[in-house]
Amino acid sequence: MKIHLYVPCFVDQLFPKAGMAMVQILEKLGHTVEFEESISCCGQPAFNSGYWDEARKVATRTVEALESAEVVVIGSGSCGAMLHKFYPELFKETALSEKANALAAKTFEFSDFLVRKLGVTDLGAKFPHKVTYHDGCHGLRELGIKNQPRQLLSHVQGITLVEMKEAESCCGFGGTFSAKFPLISSAMGDVKCSSAVETEADYIVSSDSSCLMQIQGLLTRQQKPIKTIHLAEVLVSQ
Amino acid sequence: MSTGYAKEFKENSGRMSQDLTHRAVIKKALNAYEVKRDENRSKYLDWQEARQAAAEIKWEAVNHLDRYLLEMTEKLEARGTKVFWASNAEEARNYVINLSQEKKVQSIIKSKTMTSEEIHLNSALEKLGYDVIESDLGEYIVQLNEEAPYHLVFPAMHLTRGQIKEIFKKKLGSNTSDQPEELTMVARDIMRQKYLTADMGISGANFGVAETGMISITENEGNARLTTSFPKIHVALMGIEKVLPKLGDLALFLPLLATAGGGQQITCYNTMIGGPRLNDEVDGPEEFHLVLIDNRRTELLSDAEQRDALHCIRCAACLNVCPIFKSSGGHSYGTTYQGPIGSVITPHLRGLQDWKHLSLASSLCASCTDVCPVKIDIHHHLLHNRRNAVSQSPVWWEKIAFIGFTFATAIPALFQLSIKIARLLQPLHGLIKGSLIDPARAWTQTRDLPEIPAKSFRQQWKERK
Ligand code: SF4
Repeated sequence: MKIHLYVPCFVDQLFPKAGMAMVQILEKLGHTVEFEESISCCGQPAFNSGYWDEARKVATRTVEALESAEVVVIGSGSCGAMLHKFYPELFKETALSEKANALAAKTFEFSDFLVRKLGVTDLGAKFPHKVTYHDGCHGLRELGIKNQPRQLLSHVQGITLVEMKEAESCCGFGGTFSAKFPLISSAMGDVKCSSAVETEADYIVSSDSSCLMQIQGLLTRQQKPIKTIHLAEVLVSQ
Repeated sequence: MSTGYAKEFKENSGRMSQDLTHRAVIKKALNAYEVKRDENRSKYLDWQEARQAAAEIKWEAVNHLDRYLLEMTEKLEARGTKVFWASNAEEARNYVINLSQEKKVQSIIKSKTMTSEEIHLNSALEKLGYDVIESDLGEYIVQLNEEAPYHLVFPAMHLTRGQIKEIFKKKLGSNTSDQPEELTMVARDIMRQKYLTADMGISGANFGVAETGMISITENEGNARLTTSFPKIHVALMGIEKVLPKLGDLALFLPLLATAGGGQQITCYNTMIGGPRLNDEVDGPEEFHLVLIDNRRTELLSDAEQRDALHCIRCAACLNVCPIFKSSGGHSYGTTYQGPIGSVITPHLRGLQDWKHLSLASSLCASCTDVCPVKIDIHHHLLHNRRNAVSQSPVWWEKIAFIGFTFATAIPALFQLSIKIARLLQPLHGLIKGSLIDPARAWTQTRDLPEIPAKSFRQQWKERK
């Protein structure tokens, strides 16, 4: 299958390893990976801040650039929700409405795509560590992704997955929210980090690099003994 | 975010977010609730179906308020109820004040009603010299402590037993331990006297029933039943959105409210009131007044996108799961209705520009929408409020920033360049990190930034081709 990999701007600039891991996985499964260099952001920062006209301008380019793609796989639940759920709302009653709906229908979050669309759960990875999984809010509650990443993790050799009590709680990132209300945002992150530390895991795994940036930012500052890693990176570990 | 309300919220919520004692108190209070809520939710054959059914009933009621309200009030009036339609808070307040004056009321007892908080009834009555006492234990505690309810359902959730003991000691001169039973007995003794002497009882209404012309009150302490039956006059305050079409609807809504709100299967007392004491009855109030309050609810009704916010049954389930609420605390909001639903409706009730900051103070995590028993699209309405606030009056520097953003993202090279500059500057960032001149201070005050990697995904992608 020809797969268009949508690499969120976050992953592109700050966490390229996660993006490269996705390429590696999809290619290993025998698919052709494409990457559209003209897209740099899905428009979510503007959309979430209420600037829908500006968001629409940014999103228009994405919708048009991906028009001919067969399937779009996106390495983040948050940007996935933007394309899958919010583009149809953003373009409602506009000339691009149909195209936005079509894009939404062929867009999948990475773990969801592997498990539900390709039916793959075992990628032959080895990761001899204790991990706990953080459910990104958009992936979990906008896209309904809960078991897919866990199924993938359960087939990794040597791994131990322990659930933290606050697995489904928000990490407090929330895009511009983290800068507008830094103290609330950090308090939320603290709750998450403490819960993860309680499990005595070595790693917090997630499908969202933006959540991991928030969590790692707090962990480093507080010198807590646990690291963060993107799901895709675990899945290519040997 | 230039309004005074926004500034206050930011300061208070910031301070509370760092208050670890507060965080622990709330966590403890909610832990017990969560266990009971999940236990009772699992008793439903299908909780999701129950939510769906409730949402559909509410949709029907809210979209035909004109019909159901008339049906309800006609039946209530036929049994001797005086119905008053208040279009705003002032009219509602004045009605109660005039009635109190006309009937020469001396002492007023109240059971829990958030609608009275909304119309600031207590302070208006107290200003005129009336003695008003709250009979719900939690409400009584915050009344003694001279503060607003902290939470829609658990008004004194933020106070520990020890603090409550101290409040009782200071305000009532009581000398008890901090055992809940003992504290309750102190309040009960005072309350029992009040029930006997009060000549007006004021209550809220959790639901109205059109079919039978009744209001329904849910509670756990029995205080509402006494408040509405002992005094000569009973006044019930009810938002117009509370009406349900059929009596049978309560078979769904009473347990739903109990489970979502208190983690209970059903609350201890559920009372139906259809009018004042009838001729052949031996007890009940001589007069029953129902004050129906609009107070800008009809404006929300005219907003098709957010109309479902009127489904709200004030169960507070959305507060209980909200990480913003848990960090910021109920008082930081400065509103009658705290938490996610308060952030959605306050801009409608009190002005969008003054209250839009509450819609921005959200990570849009959707926990609220997930638990709402009547399926209000809460977190999306926060997005809608943000959009509406911007289209009404954009913040100039944000507008410029986002126009810049559309350009930068239109020209990937420009976007790449800005990142490259950031990468070059990052080693120097350590010198100012977290300080007042740090442009990234909002982030770096509490968190570290990730290191910008040597090569972006794009670069690596190009190189491997
Ligand atoms: S919005 Fe929903 S969850 Fe929140 S108080 Fe209202 S009914 Fe309950």
